Amino acid sequence: MYAIRQWSVRHARGMNAFYRAFEVVLVALHPVWKLIGYERLEQPVAAVERGVKGLLFDCRMCGQCILSATGMSCPMNCPKNLRNGPCGGVRDNGHCEVRPEMKCVWVQALVGAARIPGGMQSLQSVQVAVDRRLQGKSSWLRVVRQRVGVTP
Amino acid sequence: MLRAGQFAVTTELDPPDSADPEDVYRRARVFDGYVDAINATDGSGANCHMSSMAVCALLTRVGYAPVMQISCRDKNRIAIQGDILGGAAMGVCNVLCLTGDGVQAGDHPQAQPVFDLDAMTLLETARTLRDEHRFLSGRKITCAPRVLLGAAENPFTPPIEWRAQRLAKKVAAGAQFIQTQWCYDVPMLRTFMQHVEDLGLLDKIFILVGVGPLRSAKSGEWIRTHVPGVHIPDAVIKRLAGAADPAAEGRRLCIDLIQEIRTIKGVHGVHVMAFRQEHTVAEIIERSGVLNGRKPWYPGRDPQANTDRMAS
Repeated sequence: MYAIRQWSVRHARGMNAFYRAFEVVLVALHPVWKLIGYERLEQPVAAVERGVKGLLFDCRMCGQCILSATGMSCPMNCPKNLRNGPCGGVRDNGHCEVRPEMKCVWVQALVGAARIPGGMQSLQSVQVAVDRRLQGKSSWLRVVRQRVGVTP
Repeated sequence: MLRAGQFAVTTELDPPDSADPEDVYRRARVFDGYVDAINATDGSGANCHMSSMAVCALLTRVGYAPVMQISCRDKNRIAIQGDILGGAAMGVCNVLCLTGDGVQAGDHPQAQPVFDLDAMTLLETARTLRDEHRFLSGRKITCAPRVLLGAAENPFTPPIEWRAQRLAKKVAAGAQFIQTQWCYDVPMLRTFMQHVEDLGLLDKIFILVGVGPLRSAKSGEWIRTHVPGVHIPDAVIKRLAGAADPAAEGRRLCIDLIQEIRTIKGVHGVHVMAFRQEHTVAEIIERSGVLNGRKPWYPGRDPQANTDRMAS
């Protein structure tokens, strides 16, 4: 939801802190996930992730979440899917060129990033091209497997 | 030209809505002797025209130096990498990597927007092809495209304070030259260039500032309200509104802007975008004096050299 998405950006600092702690918990639970089986977990976890992140960030389930590097403003809401900064068409009022009723997700990203410690620096890292095969998959499980060194 | 330290002039060819090659050559000839390179636009404004690739093929065939524009709107990474190889094989030496306008801006709003890559990942992709001799997939290529990589920047649109940072990011992704959006606000450009200097980018990137003549106050007003990302200050509109001959005043304004812009530290040239007024480019460049008596090459400039070559 748009209003909640704006709220999440305004509370980027808290969101980011929560996310970091949540990640630690998820990674710590790796033995449990392994026992149940990542394949079996994929669908239910993706469904939960879609519900939670959908509500908070209008998540599009790209499956390769970079929210903490974009001020908790989901870049997949950009009609051009820009993950590396705003385009040149941003309106004078900071709204989107394609959807004039919406604030530019990158103008929002800057607002959010300014509230996260180190947020402005992480905006500078060049994000690689999106892997479209991950669309709809759980980004949480992917992160856990990356952290513990298991190839998804 | 840029590396030689000359003040460079580039322009944009309005691609024809036709399959006649002569339409392209006719549009290129109006710039003869005044520009160093011609941009071949890739469905600019999301409108359908002859493709950038085809315009480049025609231009390189007779020796012009095009800047091949590639937009991420219409092609995925497979098509784009193929085009970079093909363009370089035809003699394209400059590639401008763009995100592209949204489809809603053009004449086919019902089309599927692609945006598989963005300008930044497109730059990286092109650089990977050129410097690492491989596709994004990792597969090797046998002969790398030798191209100068460019990108666009718009110093005049929000988030203003982050625009120079974004330029830094593009440089990090592989951009070697920048062509900016139309500049009608020199103080804003100066602020941007100061940021660029503060970030230590001046010796890492060639910056060509976009300029163009406005036809009248009314068209200026239309452009600033309808074309995304174009910023025109009220003073400019007023100056045109008060003129007896607005079109001539628009050209005069463009010349004034060029002369002011060329003095800014770090500016290496201008990119003249005279949409539907391409015939005015020669006059504007001539009167601005930026070429310093230099005459950029064009097919037929050196008839003597041609005869010599044929005789030998």
